[in-house]
Amino acid sequence: MSKQALFGKTLNEIKDICKELGMPAFVAKQLADWLYKKKVSEFDSMVNISKKNRAILSEQYIIGLTNYNKVQESVDGTKKYLFTTVSNQFIEAAYIPSENRKTLCVSSQVGCKMGCLFCMTGKQGFQKNLTTGEILNQMVSIPETDELTNLVYMGMGEPMDNIEEVMKSLEIITSDWGFAWSPRRINVSTIGVIPAMRKFIEESEAHLAISLHSPYNEQRKELMPIENVYPIEQVMDTLKEYDFGRQRRISFEYIMFDGVNDSPEHAKELVRLMSGVNARINLIKFHPIPDTPLTGSSDVIMERFKEVLEQKKVITTIRKSRGEDIYAACGLLSTKKMLEKNQDKDY
Amino acid sequence: MAFLCLPVNTNKMPQKIKQLHKHLVTSVSEIADNYFILSFTRKFKFKPGQVVAIALDKSHEPRLYSIASSNTANEMRILFDIKQEGFLTPKLAKLKAGDSIMVTEPFGEFIPSNSEEWWIATGTGIAPFVSMIESGIKPPKKLIYGARYLDQFLFQDLMLSKIGNNYMRFCTQEKADNIFNERLSAWIERQDTLPKQIKYYLCGNPEMVVDVRDLILAKGVPFENIMAEIYF
Repeated sequence: MSKQALFGKTLNEIKDICKELGMPAFVAKQLADWLYKKKVSEFDSMVNISKKNRAILSEQYIIGLTNYNKVQESVDGTKKYLFTTVSNQFIEAAYIPSENRKTLCVSSQVGCKMGCLFCMTGKQGFQKNLTTGEILNQMVSIPETDELTNLVYMGMGEPMDNIEEVMKSLEIITSDWGFAWSPRRINVSTIGVIPAMRKFIEESEAHLAISLHSPYNEQRKELMPIENVYPIEQVMDTLKEYDFGRQRRISFEYIMFDGVNDSPEHAKELVRLMSGVNARINLIKFHPIPDTPLTGSSDVIMERFKEVLEQKKVITTIRKSRGEDIYAACGLLSTKKMLEKNQDKDY
Repeated sequence: MAFLCLPVNTNKMPQKIKQLHKHLVTSVSEIADNYFILSFTRKFKFKPGQVVAIALDKSHEPRLYSIASSNTANEMRILFDIKQEGFLTPKLAKLKAGDSIMVTEPFGEFIPSNSEEWWIATGTGIAPFVSMIESGIKPPKKLIYGARYLDQFLFQDLMLSKIGNNYMRFCTQEKADNIFNERLSAWIERQDTLPKQIKYYLCGNPEMVVDVRDLILAKGVPFENIMAEIYF
């Protein structure tokens, strides 16, 4: 049987492991310290744990950190890292430096099930959920790990479709015994999978970003199949149930497609839909992908759209496109080319 | 972890999604290797094409399933295949008549249009179309259904009787009369043109949905005419 990874276990899980292996309770805290504060990659480095216990641990477990396989750098400084998962599949993470921030965009799944019309990740289908360790590994196994100021769950996959592992990763990142980050440095995106989104809102304090893309049901259905089961009004109604306080932020991501969702009527309907939800809107330029009938709105149209929203007192930003030349920009992450060819398919 | 975000207004909750209701299982039967039908008492009205969320009890996260039965039948049916690494489906397969399960009210908008339609499905993606046909919805201009093996054409007797020659089966691993021995995607790709004014309903695994959607788009069908249901 292959050895399990320790990296990615929560403190409670580590305590259970220590108990099972007959180790004193304090070893769990020491282990968490080595894994998440000192970020060591081998048991021998854990010098305050007895040699005997280190040997027991290494018999049954591995640390579980893996290096990236490849890195590409954009002209704008964005870097795209490729990682291999335990099951020999591939994921990407994007490091996006700016003047004030060093943001890492992590993946939560290999591929995605959601099938959004405009997303490159969706075109590779779904391969697997990432484990907590595989999510966190993207953070700690890049050279810029100690410089990171912000983390966004906006890479490959729908985070709310892997909610258990995403929640555990957030627990490790934000706990005192873990990376001890403020949850306000983290933003998790979703297309609106309501039950999991509810769990995230109630059990985490991180920011929430919702991919909206059209205020009209019929049109959103055409762009995002999720609308068939969780319509955007129900997402809004769910948000209105909660008091997010002053510090926690909700934002709506709105990719602008030429002649599709960029009219002043769309902007006005968006304002109506958002009424009662204290949120901002990020307008995103669409990066065309193969086999899509959509093209991006012009800068002029995006500015006009922004003006309509701002006239209605909605805080709006046009998000800068980063890493487009290396396919690291929003909606472009994909490892489809690395999937096995001639898979046994039923279609 | 802290629980800072507490509900402030429960009156507006999307109840259909949130609330689970106890239902009695009436039968579980395996209809093909690894494919099962779960039947249970019907408590709510629904539109053919809608889904329900199902859990064994309130402590577990419910999963979504398309309803695969008539909207006038006393029982509601869902179709599932066992996911070996899944939590719920191996347990659903072991349920017996008289057991209880937790089910939400039906919801969802993958419902028939007023236009002519083509339906395209693989595996358990046939479920909403079974519901539509059994509920007396006008049959599609075509139902295109893909499977690896011949015994995986679920509900084929029903579809043959209601849709006749417009029911097209595509089998990738076995051959038989009146069944295409190729991928449905290969057949679609070979068509010089596809009708552009009709609606295309796609249901099945996400990879099929996105691949077939791309093929249809490449044939000039406007994306507004493509409805996709995904299973997750």
